[in-house]
Amino acid sequence: MRPILLIALKELRDGLRNRWVVAVTVLLAALALTLAFLGSAPTGALKVNALAVTVVSLSSLTIFLIPLVALLLSYDAVVGEIDRGTMALLLAYPLNRWQVITGKFLGHVASLAVSTIIGYGLAGLLLATTGDVDAATGEAFVLMVAASVLLGSVFIAIGTFVSTLVRDRGTAGGIAVGVWLVFVLLYDMGLLGLLAADQGRSVSAPLLNALLLLNPTDAYRLLTLTASTEVSGFAGLAGLGAGSALSPPSLVAALLAWTVLPLVAAMALFSRRQV
Amino acid sequence: MNAATLATDGCAATRKHPLSEPTVVLSGISRHYGRLLAVDDVDLTLHPGECIGLVGHNGAGKSTLIKLMLGLIAPTSGSIRVLGAEPGSRAAAAARARIGYLPENVSLSPSLTGAETLAFYARLKRQPVQANAGLIDRVGLAGARNRRVGTYSKGMRQRLGLAQAMLGHPRLMLLDEPTTGLDPELRHTFYGILGDLRRDGATVLLSSHALAELEGQVDRVVVMNRGRKVADGTLGLLRQLAAMQPKIRLRRQPSRGYDWSGWQEGPGGLIEIECDEAMLTDTLRQLPPDVRDVEIIRPSLDDLYASFQRGDA
Repeated sequence: MRPILLIALKELRDGLRNRWVVAVTVLLAALALTLAFLGSAPTGALKVNALAVTVVSLSSLTIFLIPLVALLLSYDAVVGEIDRGTMALLLAYPLNRWQVITGKFLGHVASLAVSTIIGYGLAGLLLATTGDVDAATGEAFVLMVAASVLLGSVFIAIGTFVSTLVRDRGTAGGIAVGVWLVFVLLYDMGLLGLLAADQGRSVSAPLLNALLLLNPTDAYRLLTLTASTEVSGFAGLAGLGAGSALSPPSLVAALLAWTVLPLVAAMALFSRRQV
Repeated sequence: MNAATLATDGCAATRKHPLSEPTVVLSGISRHYGRLLAVDDVDLTLHPGECIGLVGHNGAGKSTLIKLMLGLIAPTSGSIRVLGAEPGSRAAAAARARIGYLPENVSLSPSLTGAETLAFYARLKRQPVQANAGLIDRVGLAGARNRRVGTYSKGMRQRLGLAQAMLGHPRLMLLDEPTTGLDPELRHTFYGILGDLRRDGATVLLSSHALAELEGQVDRVVVMNRGRKVADGTLGLLRQLAAMQPKIRLRRQPSRGYDWSGWQEGPGGLIEIECDEAMLTDTLRQLPPDVRDVEIIRPSLDDLYASFQRGDA
C-alpha cells in the first residue's frame, strides 16, 4: 500500500509543480464560466434553472475535453519513464510492478480530480450565488462533476494501458489521439449511421443499450443527462431516460468496468515488459 | 603474480569475508533478445566487501547483466541468486531493499528538488528521511539540496544518483557506468565513497567501457565481449593471462663490463628488454650501479583490454 501512495503523491506533486494541474484548472474554469453565463441566456428573464442548462452544456463539453486531457496526462506514464531510465530505477526498489501502475493511475486521477472539481466547482458556485438553485439541480451538478472525474479515470486507465503497450512515446501519443477520436467522434457517428440504415429492423433496444455501454462517453452522457428530470428535460433526453433500461447504477458500473479492465490489462502487460 | 598485483592494485589488501555467503551467484546465465544473444552462458560470483569492475564495449552485455541481477529482465536460461533470493520472485522484492542501483542514463524528475527526490526514494526504501541530510552532504550536494533537479549539472545529477543508491546501507551496489562524463575531481570523490562502502562489507559492482579508469579502484575485473565473459581476475592476473610482459628501459653508461645481450635499442638512445614478471627484481638487482633513467614499462591497460577483446588470452 505504501509504495502506491508514495508514487501517487509524487505524480500529484509533479503535476502541481509543472503547472499541469493549474493549466487544466484554468482551462476548465474558463470554459465552464463561459458556458454558465452565455449558456444561461436561453432561460430567459425568469432564470429559473440556469444551473440545469449549464449541466447539459458542461457535460457535452466534458465529453470532448476530459477524455483528451486524461489521455494526454497518462499516455506517457510508463513508456516515458522507461525512456528516461527512471522506471528501471523505480523497479530496483522494494515494490511490485502492479503497485507502480496503481500508484501512477491514482496520482493522475487525483490531479485531474483537483482540476475538475475546482474548475467546474467555481462555475457552479458562481451560478448558485447569482440565481435560485433548487436542491435537485444542485445535486445533478455535483453528480455531473463526480461523473466527469469518473470519465477522466476511464481514459487515464486507457492511456496507462496504451503506455504499457508500445515502446515509443510518439507511438503512444498517436494511439492516445486515435482512442480519443474513436470514442468521442467516430463511435457515435457509426452508431448513428447504423441506426439510420437499420430503421429499427434488427437493432433492438437491449442491443442499443449494450452498444451504448460499450462506449464510456455514451455511458457518461446517459448518466449525467438522465439523472434528474430537470436536466433531462433540457437535454431532450426525457423520453430516453424514462424508457431506457440503463439505470444510473448500471451506467456507473459500466464506467467502473471501463476503468478497471484497462488497468488490469496494463498491469498484466507491464509485469512481462522489459525495462 | 603478487608483484604485479601489488604494483597495480590500490586495494590489493582484499577485504573478502571468507565465511560469508556470496552476494551474487550467476550460473550459466544466457539472455536472448530475439535472435541477438546479449548474455551468453556467464558464470559469476560476487562476494561481500569486494569491488568488481565490469568492463566491455558498448553492447557487450554489461547493462543486461546488471538488469538480470535486479530482476528487471529474466534470463533465457541459467539461474541467479542475489542476496539469497531469485530476482523477479516475490521474495526478491524484499531483498531489493538492500540493493543500491544507479542506472546508466537516468533523468530524475526535474520539477522536484534534490532533497525531495531523495526523500521520495528513502520512503520507498522505508528509510528515515532525517538521515538524508547526511547523505546529501556526503556526495557534496549540501548547497543545492533545495534547488530543482532540472537546474543541476550532469555531475550534480550523478551525485544525486549515487546518494539515492546509497540509501539504507545496501549490501550490493550495482553502478552502471557511474563515472562516465564526470570530471576527475568528482571521480575521485566517487571512488572515495565506494571505498567506504566496501569497507562496510558491501559488494560494489561498477561497469565501465574503459579498463584504464578502474586501475587502482577495483579488486577484480570481469571483461565482457559480445555477451561472453572473456576474463575474470585481478588486473595482475589478467596481465599474466594476456602474457604481456613488462619492459625495463634505461640509459646505459659506456664502457662497463656488463653483458647487454638481449637488450634492444629503444627510443631516445635508451635500451630496453622484455622480461618475465618473476625475473624482474633479479634483473634490476644485477644492473650496474651507474645506469640512469631506469623505467619499468608495463603494458597499458588499454593494451591489455585490447588483447582480451581480440581473444588472445
